Amino acid sequence: MDVETLSRLQFAGTVMFHYLFPPLTIGLGLIMVILEGLWLRTGDVSWKHAARFWTGIFALNFALGVATGIVMEFEFGTNWAAYSRFVGDVFGSALASEGIFAFFLESGFLAVLVFGWDRVGPRLHFLSSVLVFLGSCFSAVWIVVANSWQQTPAGYRIVETEVNGRTALRAEITDFWAMVFNPSSVDRLTHTLIGALILGAFFVSSVSAYYLLRRRHELFARRCMTIAVIVASIFSVLALVSGHDQARQVARTQPAKLAAFEGHFQTGPGDLYLFGWPDEKEERVRWGIAIPRMLSFLVHDDFSTPITGLDAFPPEDRPRVWIPFQAYHLMVAVGMALIAISLTSLVMLRGGRLFRCRPLLMLHVVTVLAVFAANHSGWVAAETGRQPWLVYPSEQGGVMMPGLRTSDGLSESVRAEQVLASIIMFGVVYALLFALWVFVLNSKIQHGPDERASRASPQRGFLQAAASIGSERHDLLETPTDGTR
Amino acid sequence: MILNHDSLALIWFALLGVLLIGYTILDGFDLGVGILHPIARSDEERRIMMNAIGPLWDGNEVWLVTFGGALFAAFPVAYATVFSAFYMPFMLLLTALIFRAVSLEFRSKVRSRIWRGLWDRGFFASSLLVAFLFGLVGGHTMLGLPVNQDLSVHMTAPDFIRPYPIAVGLLTVFLFAMHGAIFLFLKTEGDLQRRIERWVWRTFGVFLVAYILLTMYTLVEVPHVTRNFREHGWLWVVPLLNVLAIANIPRAMYLRRPFYAFVSSGATIAALAFLFAAAIYPHLVPGTIDPAWSVSIYNARSSETTLRIMLLIAIIGIPCVLTYTVLVYWIFRGKVRLDEHSY
Ligand code: HDD
Ligand code: HEM
Ligand code: HEM
Repeated sequence: MDVETLSRLQFAGTVMFHYLFPPLTIGLGLIMVILEGLWLRTGDVSWKHAARFWTGIFALNFALGVATGIVMEFEFGTNWAAYSRFVGDVFGSALASEGIFAFFLESGFLAVLVFGWDRVGPRLHFLSSVLVFLGSCFSAVWIVVANSWQQTPAGYRIVETEVNGRTALRAEITDFWAMVFNPSSVDRLTHTLIGALILGAFFVSSVSAYYLLRRRHELFARRCMTIAVIVASIFSVLALVSGHDQARQVARTQPAKLAAFEGHFQTGPGDLYLFGWPDEKEERVRWGIAIPRMLSFLVHDDFSTPITGLDAFPPEDRPRVWIPFQAYHLMVAVGMALIAISLTSLVMLRGGRLFRCRPLLMLHVVTVLAVFAANHSGWVAAETGRQPWLVYPSEQGGVMMPGLRTSDGLSESVRAEQVLASIIMFGVVYALLFALWVFVLNSKIQHGPDERASRASPQRGFLQAAASIGSERHDLLETPTDGTR
Repeated sequence: MILNHDSLALIWFALLGVLLIGYTILDGFDLGVGILHPIARSDEERRIMMNAIGPLWDGNEVWLVTFGGALFAAFPVAYATVFSAFYMPFMLLLTALIFRAVSLEFRSKVRSRIWRGLWDRGFFASSLLVAFLFGLVGGHTMLGLPVNQDLSVHMTAPDFIRPYPIAVGLLTVFLFAMHGAIFLFLKTEGDLQRRIERWVWRTFGVFLVAYILLTMYTLVEVPHVTRNFREHGWLWVVPLLNVLAIANIPRAMYLRRPFYAFVSSGATIAALAFLFAAAIYPHLVPGTIDPAWSVSIYNARSSETTLRIMLLIAIIGIPCVLTYTVLVYWIFRGKVRLDEHSY
C-alpha cells in the first residue's frame, strides 16, 4: 500500500479510537453536574455517592482520552506535513486555543473533582464539576471548528509564500470570526455535542438497567435511570432536528457529499433511501427501498426541486459512495431508534413501570453500543464524504479559492514502511488499551457505587487513596470509603 | 515596541520558550518520579510515589499539548518539518506517553503482584524513555538537521543514533531524576524520605558530572551555540545564574530547606531550556545541508494577522492557566499519605 492509503488508515484508526472517549466524557460530565447539583440542593448523600461513582468512570475515560488525543495532535505534523504547512496559519490557532482554553481547565479541575472530595467543600466541588464539563465542551468547540473550517472554509485567503526560493500555497486568516463561524461550524458543533450527551445518557441508562435487572443498588439505579432517560429523550429529539438542519447545510455547501450520503448519482429530484447497496460502477443503488422524492422535500421543502447528483462533478472530484452512504444511513437509523427507545422509556417512567419492564431494561443495556456506532458512523460519513479534499475549495468574495487534496497533504519525507510500522505499533497498543479499558470499566461496574458511608471498601484504587492524601492529618479520619476510584 | 511581523515572530519564539520551560519544569518532576520509581521497596512506597504526582501529571502534560498547538499555529512550517523529520522517535514517544498514563491509571486496579509488577516496570521504562527522547530530539535540533530545499528532512533510524544527542538525552534523564527526587523529598516522610534524600545527593552528583562534561562536549562539538552570546553579551548572565542555581541545590538541601532546592532545580531546568533556545535562535531547525535552508522564525512563521490574534488569545488565556495551576497545586500541597486500612 502507498503512503497515502496507509496514512489515511492510520489517521482514521487513531481518531476513531480517540473518539471512543471524548463523547463519553462530555456526556458523563453533564450527568455529574446534575448529580452534584442535586446533592448540593438536597444535602442527600446518596446523590453524592452517585456522583462519585460516575466521576470514577469519567476519570478513567478522561485518562484514555488524553493519552490518545496527544497522538492526534502529533499526527498532523508527522504524517500530514504538507497539509500542516498549508493550513497551519488557520488550523493551528484553533488547536492552540483548544490547549489554552479547554485542556488546562479540564485537567486542572478534574484533579479537584477526583482527588478533592475531602479537600474542598461541596460548593467548590460542584463548581469543579461544572468547569470540567465546560472544559470538555470547549475542547469539542475548537476541534470541531478546525474540522468544520476544512469542510467549509471561510475567513481566509490563499497566498503564495516563498521559502528557500520555492513557492507554495497556503491559507491565511483574514477574518478570525468568519473562520470560527464558518458556514458549518455551529451546526456541526451543536450536533456533535448532542451526540455526546446522548452517549453519556445511554451509558448511564445501560449501567443502571443492568443493576435493576440484577436487583443491585436499586435506589441508585432508579435515580440515575430517571435522569438518564430524561436527558436521552431531550437530546435524541434534538439530534433529529439538528441533523436535519445539518443535512440541508451539507446540501448547500458540499453537494457532492450529500449526493454520496444518499447515493444520488444523477441530478434530478432526490429519493430518500431507507437502506440500499450503492453500486458505483453502474451508478445506481441496488436492493434499496426509497421514499420517492422525499430527499427533495427534506432539503428544499418541495418534492420536485432537483438535487445535484454526483454526475455534476468531474470523476476526480467525487467522493466514493459506499462508505458514506452506509455510515450515514446507520447513524440516521440509530437516531430514529433512539428516539423511539427514549420516548417509550420516558412514558414508562410514570409509576416506575420502566424499572419493572425487563425487556426494555435489557434493550437499554445494549443500546449504548448503538450510540457509539452512531457517533462513529457520523464522523465516518462526514470525513469520507469530504474526500477527495482535505480542505474544500470555496468561493470567497467572488474569488474561487483552491482546495487541498488529500493526496497533496502528505509528508514528503515519510515512507510507507514507517507508516506501516507505526500502524502496527498503534494497533497492538490500542488493542491492549481497549481490552484494559473494558476490563477496568467492567470491574468498576461490578463493584458498583457505595451506598453505606462507613464501610471500608476492599477495592480501593490507588487513585482513590490519593483522594485521602493529606497534608493535614485529619484528612485521615474522613477517608473516603467507597470504591469509586 | 511596535508589533510588526518580525517582533511578533520574536514574541512567539519567546512564548514557545515559556511553554517549553513550563513543560520541562512541571512534567520534569513527574517524569523524574517515574525514573526513580524502582527505588521504592514495598507496594505501599510505590503507591506513595505514584500518588505524589497523581493529581498533577495530567495537567503537566497539557503544557506539552499546548506547546505543540502553539508551534503549529505560530510556526507551521517548523511544526511540519520537525514532526515529520522525527517520525520514528515521536511515534516511540507517543507510545511511551500512552503507557505512562495507562500504568498510572491501571496499576492499582488489580491486586495481583504480576499485574502490578508489570505496570511498575511500564511506568519506570516509559518515564525514562520519554525523558531520554526529549533530550535526544533537543540534541539533534542543536546539531541541526539535513533540511532539504523543500523543507523536508529524510532521516533513517541509524541517523538518530549519534553520540551528542544521546549524551543530551542522558543528561535530561539525570536532570529530571534529580528534580523528581527533590519533589519526592518534599512529598514524603520517614524512612522513605531518608532513602530519597540519599537519591537526591546521588542524582545531583551524577547530574553535575554529566553537566560539566556535556558543557565541554557542546563547546567542542557544536561551536555555533555561542554565536548569539558573542553578539549579545548580556546572555552570559543566564549560564552564570544557572551555575548559581545548581550550586544552590546542595546548599539548600544541606540547610534543610528542600523547597528552595526544588525551586533551584526548576531554575536549572529553565536555564538549560533557555540556553537551548539561545543556541538555536533565530533558527528553529538549523539546516546542515545548506545553512540558508534552515527553518527560522522568519521563514516558518504564520501571517502577521494570525500571530497577532494568537497573541491576544495568549494574553487572555495565560492568566487563566496560571490561576488554575496555582489553585490545583495549592489544593494538593503537603505530604502524601496513604490510609493504612486501604489494602
Ligand atoms: C449519537 C450520535 C448521533 C445521532 C443519533 C445522529 N448523529 Fe448525525 N452526526 C453525529 C452524531 C449523531 C456526529 C458524530 O456528531 C457527526 C459527525 C460529524 C459531525 O459534525 O457530527 C454527525 C454528522 C451528521 C451529518 C454530516 C455533517 C457533515 O458532514 O458536515 C449529518 C447530515 C447528520 N449527522 C444528520 C443526522 C440525522 C438526520 C440524524 C437523525 C436522527 C442524526 N444525524 C443522528
Ligand atoms: C483530529 C482531531 C482531534 C485532535 C487533534 C484532538 C486532540 C486532542 C488532544 C491533544 C487531547 C488531549 C488533551 C489533554 O492532554 O488534556 C484531546 C482530548 C480530548 N478531545 Fe480530542 N482531538 C481530536 C478530536 C476530538 C473531537 C472530534 C472531540 C469532540 C467532539 C474531541 C474532544 C476532546 C475532549 C473532550 C478531550 C478531553 C479528554 C477526554 O475528555 O477524553 N477531540 N484531544
Ligand atoms: C482536523 C483535521 C483533520 C484531518 C486532516 C483529517 C483527515 C482525515 C483523513 C485523511 C481521513 C482518511 C479519510 C479516508 O480514509 O477516506 C480521515 C478520516 C476520519 N476522520 Fe478526519 N480529519 C481531521 C479531523 C477529524 C476530526 C476532528 C474527527 C473527529 C473525531 C475526525 C474523524 C475522522 C473519522 C471518524 C475518520 C474515518 C473515516 C474513514 O474510516 O475513512 N477527523 N480524516
